[in-house]
Amino acid sequence: MSGFDVERVRRDFPILHQEVRGRPLVYLDSAATGQKPQAVIDAIVRFYQHDNANVHRGVHVLSERATEAYEGAREVVKDFLHARDSREIIFTRGTTEAINLVAQTYGRKHVGPGDEVLITQMEHHANIVPWRMLCDEKGATLRVIPVDDRGELVLDAVDALLTERTRILAVTHVSNALGTVNPVKELTRRAHAKGIPVLVDGAQSVTHFPVDVRDLGCDFYAFSGHKLFGPTGIGVLYGRLERLEPLPPYQGGGDMILSVTMEKVTYNRVPHRFEAGTQDLAGAVGLAAAIRYLEGLGLDALAEHDRALMAYATQALESVPGLRLVGTAREKAGVLSFTLEDIHPHDVGTILDREGICIRTGHHCAQPVMQHFKVPATARASLALYNTREDVDALVRGLQKVREVFA
Amino acid sequence: MSSGELQDLYQEVVLEHSKRPRNYRVVEGANRQAAGHNPLCGDQLSVTLKLEGDVIRDIGFQGQGCAISRASASLMTGAVKDHTRAEAEALFEKVHALVTEGPEAVDVDALGKLAVLSGVSEFPARVKCASLAWHTLRAALEGRDEAVSTE
Repeated sequence: MSGFDVERVRRDFPILHQEVRGRPLVYLDSAATGQKPQAVIDAIVRFYQHDNANVHRGVHVLSERATEAYEGAREVVKDFLHARDSREIIFTRGTTEAINLVAQTYGRKHVGPGDEVLITQMEHHANIVPWRMLCDEKGATLRVIPVDDRGELVLDAVDALLTERTRILAVTHVSNALGTVNPVKELTRRAHAKGIPVLVDGAQSVTHFPVDVRDLGCDFYAFSGHKLFGPTGIGVLYGRLERLEPLPPYQGGGDMILSVTMEKVTYNRVPHRFEAGTQDLAGAVGLAAAIRYLEGLGLDALAEHDRALMAYATQALESVPGLRLVGTAREKAGVLSFTLEDIHPHDVGTILDREGICIRTGHHCAQPVMQHFKVPATARASLALYNTREDVDALVRGLQKVREVFA
Repeated sequence: MSSGELQDLYQEVVLEHSKRPRNYRVVEGANRQAAGHNPLCGDQLSVTLKLEGDVIRDIGFQGQGCAISRASASLMTGAVKDHTRAEAEALFEKVHALVTEGPEAVDVDALGKLAVLSGVSEFPARVKCASLAWHTLRAALEGRDEAVSTE
C-alpha cells in the first residue's frame, strides 16, 4: 500500500469516527453508498453559502458563479472519464436515471419488434428493468449472457448472442453482487465488430480503479455520485458525441430548448437537451469535489490499496469455517459476497450490526444472479478507500460470534 | 453473547424452532393456501391449511427465510391449530403489537410460547421477518390467492 496512508484518509471522513451500538463503527457497505469526505461536505456548504443561484439564465453575478461551478463540474467529470469533450457528459440523478435515459432515447428510437437487447445474468436491476420495459413496449427480446460458477461471464456465448437483431449491449463493469470485473473492452470490441453500441454500468467500478472511456471504446458509461463519495441525487451519463447528437430529448422542460412557440419547439444542443429543468447544482459541485479529492489521493494508489485489501479480505474470509464466497472471479473489485453455513444472511447482518459492523444482506437488487447461484440472498461486505485490515479482522471476529449464536 | 438485546432476539426457543420448524409441510387436503413474499430480502413462504367450518384443523408452512421468520412461522402453526379464524385473527393482532411495540404493549402471558418473539421489537429491521407468516395466514384465511407482500 505504498503512497497511500489509509489512516490519513480516514481522518478526512468524519462519519467514520463514531461509536454505534456501543462499539467503534466498522463500515463495510460502500457498494451501497460511499461515505463523504469533509472536502465534499464543505464544497456543498460553500456553494449554498456563497454561490447559489440558478444556472444559464441569470444575468447576475451569482448566476454566473453557479453556472461556472456547474459547467466546471462537467469539465472535472470529463477529465475523470477521459472523455473527448465536455458535451459528452450529461448530469442525471444517478446511474439508474442514466440507463433509463439511454433506454428511453436511443432505445425507443432504435429498438423495434423482433429486435434484441443483450444484457448479462449479473446485472443490477437498474440495468435489467429499463430494458425489460423497453422490450415489452416494443415487442423486442431481452437476451442474456450467462454467468459461470465462478461468477464470470461465459465469453464463448457472447458472439452467438450478438446477432444482426441486437440493437445494444448493456453490461456492468463490476458486479455489485459478486465483485466480478467484466472485460468490457473486449466485449465492446466484439459488439462493435457487428456495429452494436455498448452501454457500461459503471456504478461499482469508478470507485475502485481509473476508468478511461476512450480506451474502453464504449458508447455510453453511467455512474452515480453517491457511490463515488459524492452526494446523493447526482449521477453521470457519458455518451460519445456522435451517439448523443442524433438522439431525441429525454424529458421536456426548461433549459433543454432553444426556442418554444405553441406551434414548435427547437431543442437545445447536447448535453443540455438531456438536462430538462433545474439540475442538482450543488450535487454536481459536490461530485466534482469528490473527484478532485480522489485525484488528490492518486487513483492508481487508491486502486492498489483496493487490490491489497481485497486480497487480504478474501483470505481472511476463506479462513472462517462454513463460509462460502459467492463469486470467485479471477478479477474482482471491492465486493465480498458470502453465505455462512445455513445461517440466513439477515441473521448474519443483525448480529454483525450489534457489533457495530455494517454490511448489506439480501439479493442486492440482482435477483437473477442470486438465482444462478441458487441462493435467495447473501451477506455482502464491500470495501472502499477508507477501509483497513482492522475492519476486515473485526468482520472475521463478528462472523465467529454469529457462529457461536447459531452453534 | 455480549448484547442482551441480541440474546432476547435469538432465544433458545427461536433458534430451536428455526432449526427444526414444526409443521414444515404441505397440508394434505388443504382448502386454503397463500404465498407470502418479502421483496426486501427475497424471503418466500407458503401456508396451507384445512379449514373445517370456522376452525383451522390443520396448518403447515414451507419456504425460505431467516431464523426469525422460520421460528415465527413454526410457532404460528402450533398456536393457531384447532383454533377458530377469529381466535387466529386476534392472536395476529397481539403478535403484531408484541413485535412492533414490545412486551409492555400486550398481555404476554396470554401469548404462550409466542412470547419469545418479544425481542424482535428491539430490531425494527426484523419486524417484517416476524410478521410474514402471519400476513400469509391472514391471506389464506381470507381466500386471497394472490401473493401477499410485506412491502
